Amino acid sequence: MRRLVVVGNGMAGVACVEHILKHNPEFEITILGDETHVNYNRILLSLVLAGEKSADEIVLNDVEWYRAHNIRAKLGARIDRIDRGARTVVNEFGEVTPYDKLILATGSSAFIPPIHGVEKENVHVFRTLDDTHALLAKARRGLKTVVIGGGLLGLEAARGLQVRGCDVTVIHLMDSLMERQLDTTGGEYLKRRIESLGIRVMLPKQTAAIVGNGHVDGLRFASGEELEAELVVIAAGIRPNAGLARAAGLEVNRGIVVNDFMETSDPDIFAVGECTEHRGQTFGLVAPLYDQARVLAATITDHRGPVFTAAAPAAKLKIMGVDIFSAGSIDESEPGVEVLKSEDPSLGAYKKLLVKDNRLHGMILVGDIEDEYTYMDWLKSGADLSSMRRQLLFPPPAGDRGLEVADMPDSETICGCNGVRKGEIIHSIHEHGITTMRQLKERTRASTSCGTCAGLCEKLLRAVVPDFEVETKTTLCACVPFSYERLREIVRTQKLKSVEEVLAVYGNRRGCEVCKPALSYMLDMLWCGTHEEDRSARFINDRVHANIQKDGTFSVVPRMRGGVTSPDELRRIADVAEKYNVPMVKVTGSQRLDLLGVKKADLPNVWRDLGMPSGQAYSKGVRMVKTCVGTEFCRFGVQDSTNTGIELERRLENLFTPHKFKMGVVGCPRNCAEATVKDLGFVGQDGSWQVVVGGAAGKSVRKADLLITVETTEQALEAGELFFQYYRENGNYLERSYDFVERLGIEKIRKETVYASDEDRKKLLDRLHRSKEYARDAWLERDRPANATQFVQIEPIDKVREGQLV
Amino acid sequence: MTGERVWTRITRTENIPPREGRPVRIGDLEIAIFNLNGRFVTVENACPHKGGPLCDGIVTGTAVVCPLHGRHFDLISGLPVRAAEPSCLAVFPTRVEDGIILVDLEGAYKAIEHAA
Repeated sequence: MRRLVVVGNGMAGVACVEHILKHNPEFEITILGDETHVNYNRILLSLVLAGEKSADEIVLNDVEWYRAHNIRAKLGARIDRIDRGARTVVNEFGEVTPYDKLILATGSSAFIPPIHGVEKENVHVFRTLDDTHALLAKARRGLKTVVIGGGLLGLEAARGLQVRGCDVTVIHLMDSLMERQLDTTGGEYLKRRIESLGIRVMLPKQTAAIVGNGHVDGLRFASGEELEAELVVIAAGIRPNAGLARAAGLEVNRGIVVNDFMETSDPDIFAVGECTEHRGQTFGLVAPLYDQARVLAATITDHRGPVFTAAAPAAKLKIMGVDIFSAGSIDESEPGVEVLKSEDPSLGAYKKLLVKDNRLHGMILVGDIEDEYTYMDWLKSGADLSSMRRQLLFPPPAGDRGLEVADMPDSETICGCNGVRKGEIIHSIHEHGITTMRQLKERTRASTSCGTCAGLCEKLLRAVVPDFEVETKTTLCACVPFSYERLREIVRTQKLKSVEEVLAVYGNRRGCEVCKPALSYMLDMLWCGTHEEDRSARFINDRVHANIQKDGTFSVVPRMRGGVTSPDELRRIADVAEKYNVPMVKVTGSQRLDLLGVKKADLPNVWRDLGMPSGQAYSKGVRMVKTCVGTEFCRFGVQDSTNTGIELERRLENLFTPHKFKMGVVGCPRNCAEATVKDLGFVGQDGSWQVVVGGAAGKSVRKADLLITVETTEQALEAGELFFQYYRENGNYLERSYDFVERLGIEKIRKETVYASDEDRKKLLDRLHRSKEYARDAWLERDRPANATQFVQIEPIDKVREGQLV
Repeated sequence: MTGERVWTRITRTENIPPREGRPVRIGDLEIAIFNLNGRFVTVENACPHKGGPLCDGIVTGTAVVCPLHGRHFDLISGLPVRAAEPSCLAVFPTRVEDGIILVDLEGAYKAIEHAA
């Protein structure tokens, strides 16, 4: 077996090894890397910095992969020397590794501009996982942070640190941000968007020195001005790591010179990735490097033939809410190039297309990248666009993307980074019985780099696989792709107080029917009604405080605490039912009365005539407490369940919860009011109460878990309140208490509620009581509507004919 | 039927809050007028699926989600956003003059009938 040694354990080197393995080579493979980590996705480091992904989630090849393919990996040791005569490489500890064929995949390093003071403490670069961890260790709320460099990486680093609470300024040497991918107008739109996120941008600014005594105090610019800084991140570009090759006498310019077959000037040595220079060009984006990997794999396994051509570069900024896409040539001055532009300053959208010989030649999309795939298709296929000149800037609506995927030819590239075509994906799905995105990624590598084609891949899976499984949801939704936990932290620390604000800063600005109600809940829970409630973000039930029915009418359920009513209340309910021609009056399963079929316009009057508070039967909130008659009348009752239930309902009513919240209190273990299948239940025993949580009798039936057994009614009420608030704060939106209890485990819940320290218990209760102070009976809006037409039907004014009254 | 359009003056713009819709009944016709952050659009107020009141739906971008079963429709084109459904909404020409929303009730337009 011939010995193949790869110096470099990064994306290009390992991708090349993966392709080599596909050729079933007669190689004994060794990978030598100076980072201690297995191969991870460097492109996604900014997402780790921003907390959108964990370090584990960006691993591309885990230890098992190396083992399964008999690849010897030696990590954490830098190679110092190549001995071309002896055909060996030597690492920093003097260990010698012999090779027959050698691949240099040494990557690139952060370029450190010649600025005085770069060696000071708290000056960082952002290039590796270790760099990322170092930055995370420093980041804290209010930390004065300066990022030098307004390119892709600098902006991503800036946003990541800002999400972590840092106070970030971006310094850029040029007149315009991302000047390599955008024109000045595009750069201006980008700058405005970045600033709207709360990041300061200063340009053009040349940094002369980093000042401070040992550690950073600030920056001094060439103009003489100074800027305070506690942390400096340098993201001023990259330089190929070509020193090892240069010292070995290989032909090196800026990078290691390779030909179209990825061969260097030594017939046994090859190079791939950011360390290379091909026809005078060096590389920083992943797609061409993966092409190099494919070509080199063919060359080295005696299938020499495919040649590398550097395709039109495409770059996308990976900052949520900042949509930037640039591809192809953006040089307007090229002869024969026509330019088409559209701008909408209020939307922050700018689009520029460069067309040459009726073919798309390049593009800049800022703020609106909906048509990215259509344009990339045109760019790559070189389609003749003469018949659609009038629609170029606004191509026909994509309609359903799923259909669009079905319409794509098999040769269409789905994953640009890894060059995976539609046909390959479909073939893999059938051959390996793929049903999940995870399997698809493992098999095809599609969507494992920048991840922007994940949506397309998922649509393809949906279209081809009948029993496609959506994987466990870790993020709220595609509009705001953060986990609930992270989002709660963001909303709390960044003091975001409206749904629109969250969507603008951390989302896609549109939102949808999934995230808008979820965010509404989160804001209400965190800010207890001191925020600006946005009714448009709520489901109709919570806009008009009634439950919408299949014919568009509403149902009205007044609160009847503990299921106890009176002749007077019953009379009023009867009168209302007659007065408003209510088609049905129904006894509910929750010991209440439901008036079904009420028109929206009648709701305020119905509520007024009832003179009872809202039963919240329409909301994700506190529904009711079902009780038995307990010691009041029952021969067997040992606890006063009725009055305890009424008190429990009074303490929690009018509050919102992640999902509906039903309770029950029973006066003895016979459990007549079914407290053990409620979200919260009290089961009376002789001399004590059992407080149980997480019961269900809906789609599934689950017996509640015992939270605690207590002696007094007040203790039971407090235990109930603790669990209630804990669920409010930690439950994911639309997660019922029984799923919540199973997810966290009753032990953890006990420890953090009833068995928590006095101080923590008090804090939980304080937050609950503060929310309760702001909570109001929603039906009071009968007199103070949220807006003039909340319930009132609009009547047209009159008709006019072309400006004249009819 | 040449030329002259008849516009119905409906209501003041402030009566429709941003990102919400309101129903208006004119004879047998019920329309839903939406405020897309300052841009006003009008569609028929019945979801082609099961007649759901679209005026009560959540607005996402320029689309509305029917409150009954979650069908999505683009409010500008009337086209369904997601499911490959053959049906779409009738869209009514809408404009604003002196703070009043005007709708051409005779000018309903259905994208799919026209496309077919």
